[in-house]
Amino acid sequence: MLVDVHAHFYHERTPRADWRERNESRLTAGAKIGISVHVASILGTFGLTSPTYFPSPRDVTVGNDALLALQRAHPDRIRGYVCVNPNYTAHARDEIVRCLDAGMIGIKLAASRRADDRLLDPIAGLALERRVPVLQHIWQHRRRDWPGQEASDATELCTLARRHPDVAFILAHIGGGGDWLHSLHAVADVPNVYVDLSGSGVDGGMLEACRESAGVNRLLWGSDITMDTGWAKLRYLESLLSKDEIALVRWKNAARIFPPGAFPTD
Amino acid sequence: MRIDCNAFLGAYPWRKVPGTSPDALVQALERTQIDVAWVTHLPSLFWRDPTEGNAWLYETARKEKRLKPVPSVHPGLAQWEQVLADAANAGAPAVRCDPLYLGIEPAGGQMRVLTAACSAARIPLTLAVRLEDGRQRHPNDHVAELPAAAVRALIRSDADVRLLVTHADRGFIEEVHFGSTPEEARRIWWDICWIWGPPEDHLATLLETIGSERFVFGTGQPLRLPESSIAKLDLLDVKREVRDAIESKNVQGLIV
Repeated sequence: MLVDVHAHFYHERTPRADWRERNESRLTAGAKIGISVHVASILGTFGLTSPTYFPSPRDVTVGNDALLALQRAHPDRIRGYVCVNPNYTAHARDEIVRCLDAGMIGIKLAASRRADDRLLDPIAGLALERRVPVLQHIWQHRRRDWPGQEASDATELCTLARRHPDVAFILAHIGGGGDWLHSLHAVADVPNVYVDLSGSGVDGGMLEACRESAGVNRLLWGSDITMDTGWAKLRYLESLLSKDEIALVRWKNAARIFPPGAFPTD
Repeated sequence: MRIDCNAFLGAYPWRKVPGTSPDALVQALERTQIDVAWVTHLPSLFWRDPTEGNAWLYETARKEKRLKPVPSVHPGLAQWEQVLADAANAGAPAVRCDPLYLGIEPAGGQMRVLTAACSAARIPLTLAVRLEDGRQRHPNDHVAELPAAAVRALIRSDADVRLLVTHADRGFIEEVHFGSTPEEARRIWWDICWIWGPPEDHLATLLETIGSERFVFGTGQPLRLPESSIAKLDLLDVKREVRDAIESKNVQGLIV
C-alpha cells in the first residue's frame, strides 16, 4: 500500500492544453511506482480566470467539481482534498461541507491567506468536526513575500496547529523549495503537524533530518509535480528505515489522520 | 553499465551533507548499482585556488578504481595550463570549471582561452548550472547560476570543444540546444539530474525533441540522492538501447 498525499490533477478550464496527458502521465507513473491512492487537489483554474494561489470562489468550485469528477472516474485510485480560499469564509465553509459530503477526504489550503491568520480558524474547526486533515502549502522559510502567493512558512503553520491541537495539519512539500531545515526545526515539538516529503528537492541529508525532527510517525510520502523525485525519496528511505517504519511512511501514518475508510484496505 | 558523470567528494560549505567521504560514496554506488562515478573535490570549488583539492582527488581515485577524477581548473591562475596537462596525464575523463564560483566572467576571455585549451587537449570541459535549488541556498551564498547564454558563447568560441553541462533543467537545455547550430549542439552533453520526470515529462519530451544521444547519466550526489536519476529512467518508456546509451554509451562519445 502506498498513499501519495500530495498530488494534483488538471482539467479543461486551466491554461494547460496538455491537461489530459498530464493527468494520464500521473496515473501511468503512479502505476509503475505502485501508488495505491493519489490524494489530490485542484487549485481552481490554475490561473486561467483567477490566480492559482488566489482562486475566485467560482474557480474554486470549478476545480473541486473537476476533482470530484476524477474521483468518480477513478474511485479506486483518486481521492480529493477540497481546495478553498479562506478569504471567502462562507463560500469556503460551504465548499468544504459540499465536497466532504461528496467523498473528499481532506482540506487543501494553498496560499491565499497566511496560515496563522484567524480567518483560518473556522476552517480548522470544520476539519476537527469532520475529522479530516488540512494540507497547507508551505514555503520552507519564507524570508520575503513572493509574487503570486501569500505563502506561509512552518512557523506560521505551527501557530495555527497549536491553536487547534486536535486537528492534523500536513506541512506541504518539504522538498518543494526553500530552507527545509528551518521548517523541520519549527515542527519538531508540534505533534499535530505532519511532514509531507514531496517536492522536486532530493537533497542528501534532508530525509535524515526529517526523521530526526518529526520522527517516522509524522512523515507522509508524496510526490507533488515531480513523481521521479518522490520515488527516489521512497527508495532511499527503504535503505534508511526498517520495514515497519517504511510502512508508516508509505501509508499507515496517512491512514491514521485521514477519515476511516479513506483508503481501500485500511 | 551505469556511469555517473556528476558526483562529488568532500564537505559542502553551506549545509551538512552526509555521505561525502570516498567510502560513503562507494557505498552509495553499491546501493544504486552505479559502476563508475566521475568525481570532483567539492570543498575546493569554493577555495580561492580550487586546484588545491586536485592532488587529494587524484590520490583518492588511484585507490578506488570506480572513481574517476574530474579535477578543477581556474583559468585566472598562473600555470593553469599545467593543471590541464596533469589532468590529461592522469587520464581524467574531463575537467571542471564553474566560472561564477571562481568570480570570473562565464563567457569572458579567460573562459574562452580555457575552452580552446580543453579543445586542444581533447578533454571535455564540465560546467554546472547550479549546485542547489536557488530557493534554499544559504543567505550568504550569492553565486549566480550559469547563464544559458554563456554555454552558447563557449560552444561557439571553439570548433572542437566538448562541453558537459550538469544540473540544467528543460528550459535551459532547450534554450542552448535550439540556440545552437546542429554541429554546435552535437558537442554538448547534458546530465539528467535536474530534468523533471512525470507527470510533466520534461525528460521524455527532451528525448523526443532533442534526441537521446545528447543525454548522460548524472546524479549530483551526495548533494542529491542518486536514486532520483535512476527513478527518472525507470519511469521512461524507452527501449533498452536508449537507456543503455544514457547510462553509459553516450558518455563515451564525450570522452573520445
